[in-house]
Amino acid sequence: MSFWARLVPMSGTLTRCLLLGSVLLVSGGGVAQADPLRVAVASNFMGVATQLAANFEAEFGYPVTLISGSTGKHALQIQHGLSVDLVLAADVERPALLEQQGLTIPGTRFTYALGRLALWQPQAVSPGPETISHSDGATVALANPKLAPYGLAAQRALIRLDPAVSVKRVYGENVAQAYQFVYSGNAQLGLVAYAQVLSQPPTSYWLVPGSLHAPIEQQAVLLKETHVGRAFWRYLQSEKALELIREHGYDTP
Amino acid sequence: MLSDSDITALILTLKLAALSTLILMMLGLPLAWWLARTQWRGRFLVEALVALPLVLPPTVLGFYLLIAFSPNAWLGRWYQHITGSQLAFSFSGLVIGSVLYSLPFVVQPLQTAFSAIKSDLIDAAATLRASPIDRFFNLVLPLARPGLVAAMVLGFAHTLGEFGVVLMIGGNLPGETQVASVAMYEHVDTLQFENAHALAGTLLCLSFVLLVGVYATHKRYSVLRW
Repeated sequence: MSFWARLVPMSGTLTRCLLLGSVLLVSGGGVAQADPLRVAVASNFMGVATQLAANFEAEFGYPVTLISGSTGKHALQIQHGLSVDLVLAADVERPALLEQQGLTIPGTRFTYALGRLALWQPQAVSPGPETISHSDGATVALANPKLAPYGLAAQRALIRLDPAVSVKRVYGENVAQAYQFVYSGNAQLGLVAYAQVLSQPPTSYWLVPGSLHAPIEQQAVLLKETHVGRAFWRYLQSEKALELIREHGYDTP
Repeated sequence: MLSDSDITALILTLKLAALSTLILMMLGLPLAWWLARTQWRGRFLVEALVALPLVLPPTVLGFYLLIAFSPNAWLGRWYQHITGSQLAFSFSGLVIGSVLYSLPFVVQPLQTAFSAIKSDLIDAAATLRASPIDRFFNLVLPLARPGLVAAMVLGFAHTLGEFGVVLMIGGNLPGETQVASVAMYEHVDTLQFENAHALAGTLLCLSFVLLVGVYATHKRYSVLRW
C-alpha cells in the first residue's frame, strides 16, 4: 500500500489509474509541441475544413485546431480578443470589416470558395424550378437571411421561384439548421447548400442556377503573421486544396 | 430604443411565459400535491423525471422535441391530424417546449410548500366533514400561498430566459416563434449593438423586477433542495 492509497480508501489499481490520469492531464500528455494553428471556420465549411486541416497536417506536420461557428460571432469574438491565426468566413463583409479595423495582415484577404444553393426535397422525385410554386401549403426551410449569406441567396432565389408565396418559410439559424429541419421531416423542402446534399440521392435535389441569386462568396483572411499561419494560408490557395473544395460542392474563383 | 420587431418579440415572449405558467400550474398543482403526500416508495423516480430539465442541456430537449414534432413521429402526426397544422415552427410547439423546460421550477416550490403543511390540520378538516376538494382549495392552497407565488413567478421567469429549446424548434418566425432571446441572439450575430443593448437592458430589468418581487415577499426560495 502506497502512501496515497492509504490516504484515499480505494483499491490500489483504481488509485494508480486515477493518479496516472491526473499526472498525464497536468503534464498535457508529456509531449512538447508548438501551439497548434487556430482557425475560425464558418459552420457551413466545417466538413471541408476538417479534411483540409488533416491533409495539411499530414503534409507539413503542423496540427490545426478548427473553431466552428457563425462568422458573425467569430468577428465579434475576434474584436474582443479571441486569438485565432486565420478566419474562413461565410461571407465577404465580415473579413472586410476586420480588415478595416486593422485586425488582419494587409493583403491577405481572398475568396476561397463560392457556395452553391440546392433545392432539396427528400420525399419527391427530381425537384426543379416549378417545385416550390407547386407546393401549396408546404414548409420550406432556409437559413436566416440576416445571419447567413446562404439565407440571403435562398431568399433571393425564392422571390424568383415562388413570387406568389405559396409556401411557408421557416428560418434556421444557419444553413446547417435549415438542412436539419428538412432532414427531421419538419419541413418538406429546403434551400440548402449544394455541399450538404451531395451525399443524398441525386433525384432528391436540384442545383439552383447561379443566375437566380448573387454569388455566395466566402473569404478567408490571415490575422497573425506566423510561419505556420502563412503556410496554411498558402496551402488553401494550392491546386490540391482547390480541388478538394470543388469536390465538396463548392465552386472556386 | 426598442425596434418594432423587438417589441413584437417581447410581447410574444410574455404571452408564451403567461400561457406556459398557466398550464404549468394546472399540471403542477396535482403533481406536486401527489409528490408531497404519497407514501409510494418509487416516488423518487418521478421526482428525478421532474427535475431532469434542471440538468439537461436545453439543446437535448430541443433535439428530442424536433424529432417528436416531425410528421414521421406519432406526436407530430397526431397533432397534424387533429389540428391540420404542424407543431414545429409554431407557437403551440413552443408552449409544449416551455412547459417541459420549466416544469421543475413550478413543481418543486409547490412540493416544498405542500410538504410543510401538517397532516393534523387536514385530518381535522376531514373530521369536520370537509370534502377532499374543499380541503384542498380552502385549506391547503391558502396555507401554501408563498409556494404558489414562487412557483408562478419562477415558472414565468424561467420561460422568459428560454433560448436553446426555442432556437431548435422555432424556426425564427416573427410574431410566432421569434422570442426575445432569439431576437437578441440575432442582433449580436449581426453586430447590431444598439438593438442588442436596448433588448438586453429591457430583459435584465424585467427579470430583476420579477425576482425582487419573489425575494421581497418570501425570505428564501431555493429551487434545488439539496
